[in-house]
Amino acid sequence: MNDTTMPTTQAIQVESLSKRYGKNAQALSQVSFEVGRGELFGLIGPDGAGKTTLIRILATLLLADEGQARVNGWEVRRDYRKIRSHIGYMPGRFSLYQDLSVEENLHFFATIFGTTIKENYELIHDIYVQLEPFRKRKAGKLSGGMKQKLALCCALIHKPVVLLLDEPTTGVDPVSRQEFWEMLKRLKEKDITILVSTPYMDEASLCDRVALIQKGNILSIDEPGGIVSAFDKPLLAVRTNDMYRLIQDLREFESAHSAFPFGEYVHLALRNSIWPEAIHAYLAGKEHTGIEIKPAQATIEDAFMELMTQE
Amino acid sequence: MVPAITAEKLTKKFGDFTAVNQITFEVQKGEIFGFLGANGAGKTTAMRMLNGLSRPTSGQASVAGFDVYRETEKIKKHIGYMSQKFSLYEDLTVRENIQFYGGIYGLPGREIRHQIKELIGGLGMQEYANTLVKAIPLGWKQKLSFSIAIMHRPEIVFLDEPTGGVDPITRRQFWEMIYKAASEGMTIFVTTHYMDESEYCGRVSIMVDGRIAALDTPRALKEQFGASSMNDVFLQLTRPNQKES
Repeated sequence: MNDTTMPTTQAIQVESLSKRYGKNAQALSQVSFEVGRGELFGLIGPDGAGKTTLIRILATLLLADEGQARVNGWEVRRDYRKIRSHIGYMPGRFSLYQDLSVEENLHFFATIFGTTIKENYELIHDIYVQLEPFRKRKAGKLSGGMKQKLALCCALIHKPVVLLLDEPTTGVDPVSRQEFWEMLKRLKEKDITILVSTPYMDEASLCDRVALIQKGNILSIDEPGGIVSAFDKPLLAVRTNDMYRLIQDLREFESAHSAFPFGEYVHLALRNSIWPEAIHAYLAGKEHTGIEIKPAQATIEDAFMELMTQE
Repeated sequence: MVPAITAEKLTKKFGDFTAVNQITFEVQKGEIFGFLGANGAGKTTAMRMLNGLSRPTSGQASVAGFDVYRETEKIKKHIGYMSQKFSLYEDLTVRENIQFYGGIYGLPGREIRHQIKELIGGLGMQEYANTLVKAIPLGWKQKLSFSIAIMHRPEIVFLDEPTGGVDPITRRQFWEMIYKAASEGMTIFVTTHYMDESEYCGRVSIMVDGRIAALDTPRALKEQFGASSMNDVFLQLTRPNQKES
């Protein structure tokens, strides 16, 4: 058995994994999926969906109650030492040493993994140049976006084969989020398998494949495009001058399947295809003004909500 | 009509650092006003001044008609506040939280009893009434905190990233509660990192490095920046001069 890579296996294999906390809290129930080598795989779901539990099991920090999981071919229970030395893990909560400087944190993590900053500098170069001006600053004094970049550098410093990122973009503004995803894309090109969790549904489109997860169950696994095209109801975007009343009125419309606000429009999913004129007439009858109706493209959120309500 | 919020050249400095730099804007009664900006742009500092929690360095502002220098206690009585971090007491039940906040707001006992019934019934939370808040699902917590933040019928409610991490259905139910409150005349001042949510707002301001870099309806902003979404507008405004201070 080769210690570093096992090219024939998937990077991550999860089979019927279950985890319960106490009596009633079923964090994961019978979760199964695989992540291929070099894949950027997203675990998309709200707080409490089981994302952190799953990632902690894969990082060998938590034991599952039932089921199997392998990372780079290694079994999480038996081969935890190998897994720990060959993965990069970025927990949801910032967990670097606040009192050490940027440079010291990086040096510390390199040493722990028996390597040097120099040895793998090429891997973190793109990210580290942005941190360099602050290399003497204590980690605790960095802004949110910079802390996140440092945490990623520390998780990468030993050139891991698999990177596990638990909600790296939560609470981060859209600019820093976008930059973070650009960094992930570049890492993927360096053949690192990445499993990333996020509550932001719009980030799904940046992944190769995603698992939508809710209350410990996987609702769907597919490419982002596949998830969206599985939404098979006719969908319209509707707006009027009174959004609050519009939502209520659309829900009472007889052909309505669902009506949810989406930005400045309401997405109206229909039970059956009908002419937009019929909806226009219905809304005009309810004294709406400024009525606009146009076809809409389903998004990951439309698909997620549809799957949630089918549960 | 007197605006719900007015700010004129409102400024806050910490030593040499200007966190909020001469911001000027008005928010009308019943308006849903989105207050956006990158991390560290000065949103929280600005909000703390408007809440009467931080004394401005210079400039003028009034909230619900009260002055942010001299009438901070009156401001606190006339506003509601909810954030993702600070909201409910986890070791109290749902009922006890309502009771507790009712007391804090100085509502009479009869009114509090009425509110407990009204609020729990309105949210359909009967099954959780006597459950500790830490044991109820996050989505319920967020809806409950909003209801509690407005149970004393404040003129203005400040919401600081109220929907982080909640599922898309709950997020929308939450916004429907906001729409409802606004349609009843309450003024909503909200920050969010979800750019699609900024489009639920009547008007949106975007802060960059302590200043208000743009302020208009989402539609007008998209037009002005030739952008297809508010996300694009945000990136165009904040990206060129991003820096660490």
